[in-house]
Amino acid sequence: MSGTAYLIRGATLPDGETTDLLVREGRIAERGAGLSDRGAIPVDAAGLRALPGLVDLHTHLREPGFEQSETVLTGSRAAAAGGFTTVHAMANTFPVQDTAGVVEQVAALGAAAGYATVRPVGAVTVGLAGERLAEIGAMARSRAAVRVFSDDGKCVHDALLMRRALEYVATFDGVVAQHAQEPRLTEGAQMNEGALASTLGLAGWPAVAEEAIIARDVLLAEHVGARLHVCHLSTAGSVDVIRWAKARGIAVTAEATPHHLLLTEQLIAGDAALDPDAVGHRGYDSRLKVNPPLRRDEDVRALRAAVADGTIDIVATDHAPHPVESKECAWAEASFGMVGLESALSVVQAALVDPGHLDWGDVARVLSRTPAEIGRVPGYDAPFAPGSPAHLTLVDPTARRRFGRAQLRGRGVNSPYLGRELPGRIVATFHAGVATVLDGELQTLPTPTDHEVA
Amino acid sequence: MTGLRHLLASADLDRASAIALLDTAEDMADVATRRVPKLPTLQGRTVANLFFEDSTRTRLSFEAAAKRLSADVITFSAKGSSVSKGESLKDTAQTIAAMGIDAVVLRHAASGAARVLAESAWIDAAVVNAGDGTHDHPTQGLLDAYTMRKARHGADSRGQGLDGLRVTIVGDVLHSRVARANLGLLPTLGARVHLVAPRTLLPFGAEQWPVTTSSDLDAAIADAPDVLMMLRIQQERMHAAYFPHEREYAGFWGLDEERFARLHADTMVMHPGPMNRGLEISAAAADSERSLVLDQVANGVAIRMAVLYTVLSGGRHAGAREAGAA
Repeated sequence: MSGTAYLIRGATLPDGETTDLLVREGRIAERGAGLSDRGAIPVDAAGLRALPGLVDLHTHLREPGFEQSETVLTGSRAAAAGGFTTVHAMANTFPVQDTAGVVEQVAALGAAAGYATVRPVGAVTVGLAGERLAEIGAMARSRAAVRVFSDDGKCVHDALLMRRALEYVATFDGVVAQHAQEPRLTEGAQMNEGALASTLGLAGWPAVAEEAIIARDVLLAEHVGARLHVCHLSTAGSVDVIRWAKARGIAVTAEATPHHLLLTEQLIAGDAALDPDAVGHRGYDSRLKVNPPLRRDEDVRALRAAVADGTIDIVATDHAPHPVESKECAWAEASFGMVGLESALSVVQAALVDPGHLDWGDVARVLSRTPAEIGRVPGYDAPFAPGSPAHLTLVDPTARRRFGRAQLRGRGVNSPYLGRELPGRIVATFHAGVATVLDGELQTLPTPTDHEVA
Repeated sequence: MTGLRHLLASADLDRASAIALLDTAEDMADVATRRVPKLPTLQGRTVANLFFEDSTRTRLSFEAAAKRLSADVITFSAKGSSVSKGESLKDTAQTIAAMGIDAVVLRHAASGAARVLAESAWIDAAVVNAGDGTHDHPTQGLLDAYTMRKARHGADSRGQGLDGLRVTIVGDVLHSRVARANLGLLPTLGARVHLVAPRTLLPFGAEQWPVTTSSDLDAAIADAPDVLMMLRIQQERMHAAYFPHEREYAGFWGLDEERFARLHADTMVMHPGPMNRGLEISAAAADSERSLVLDQVANGVAIRMAVLYTVLSGGRHAGAREAGAA
């Protein structure tokens, strides 16, 4: 398929320039006005935004071990549908991605699927148990070339172990991506701690449990001179700590998820009664249960401002598919997490672009260039330049649609956006010159191995 | 009264609906004084008690209420049942519903379970919340309000709210669905609520609730409230750093004999039970003339009769609301 050439006509680049792009042999072959097709398949991109292929630094693909939730194939199909061309597969699989063998297997499954570049994240500690370092060097040197290490889902809470992890990972030009959650302060936690949680009778997840770990970690990173990445910032206080750390010159980067930029805890109280069309959420709607939890409106506003001013470097999905039965139960019994790959760009448009916090050039930065830099993913430094790999996506920002099950192309349907009207639509995605989405339709790629059954 | 399809949270009741329920309970209490304390009202209707969590008192109270209304009762207790083998709320509810039931009385350890069940498409029956996690226990709130109203207005209770009544709730508010049930209802009826507890047992953000809070029981007693409601201290809180040990708790927040002696003559004492005598309440206080603890138990049956009657006669079919109204 990478043998097929495409001539994208009249796309508007992130910087506002309108141009044609010739995609051939996996690369941007030519760029300019009025290119002739020379046998390439024409793609009409008039009125569409071309963005560099999106890079997700935080994805749960669940394979190996939890294939009833997602596989590398189904998850990377979801990624393509959302405009992503690279995803970082988190380490909390079974077996855990804590050895070279497992990360190479995941990377190979990604390459075989072909929908996106799958970059495995290595566990920081063996079995995510927080006791001793995983074989970080072997994973870094493996064919998977791991550069991001994380125990995501669990916090590396032991201060000495975190210090050693920062130092050891820095040895291999990697980065520790910390899930900042003080475990004792969040025992049994169900939602953001506050008056609403107290009223709903749900155990609170206090903001300080996130902020205290981030404060400790930025100081550790400064002390040992290593870089640190903080996953899914959710509170205004966390933004303050990161802003302080950056002003001090500490090598820290931070991410926010689309859902923490759009949704607030108030939805958990239920608003379906206000909206008889059932677009809203019923009380205790377990689709809203996520870790870290949805926070207050002032937190959402602080996160948006922080993405706008660069304090938060990137947006990452924390795509977390679960089987239906994990959500079809009482709140306390439900799993944490929501799917996010397919909706990410629409939510970013709704939360950041349409209100004027970001322009499309900023979107390219927070959803492609910077996450690629943090993850040391090659091929994203000069998008649209002739010779660069043809990772790109075409978006119709004027579209509005009711987000529904049809938009979900992975295995998980635990999306909080079902029924909600969202802006923007992915019209095409090209991964290394291969059209994974065309005319808004996910393409069927030839599968070299039938591993979906495996 | 308004058609009430389910009873999920005490805060869902507006003043008129709450007073209507209390008044219906007055009628139901009268039934208990008859020679045959039974009404044919819910003959042919089936009430399922789904108790995913042990609570003998509440279960017996609901059973007695349903039987006095001549309803058939199915009782399901989680202990030793398929729930311990991992069966979900959904499966259990659907299984019971398949047997043809009109109302589910649900006790569940997860906050919001009753609401999730009622708003799901899993079953079509009326749902009565008999306690969900640390969230709510609306029939407890109603029976407490009923008990307070009766103590204040006696035979003239009908139609009355609790306007101006000052209620002080003492103890483990953080984990108490009883406290939340009262908080959701009493202000609606015009009462003023004051919470007294060590800071560790006051819910985070309670200052945003329509209540006042403090940690000084002696000051609260000197303030001569109309009602002093003592909450149970659960065994599992004793070793989780909420307070150093029982003696210190009892010393600061227990209604011991000395404090009881200082109570204003008109202050009534309540406790949702079961009591830890000698911890949050002394035997002298519990057994005194002004203890309403046994009234609370007796009134519980009348309130639950009123609730079952109301959800099963109103709201099910829109047209039946008026006909079913008392």
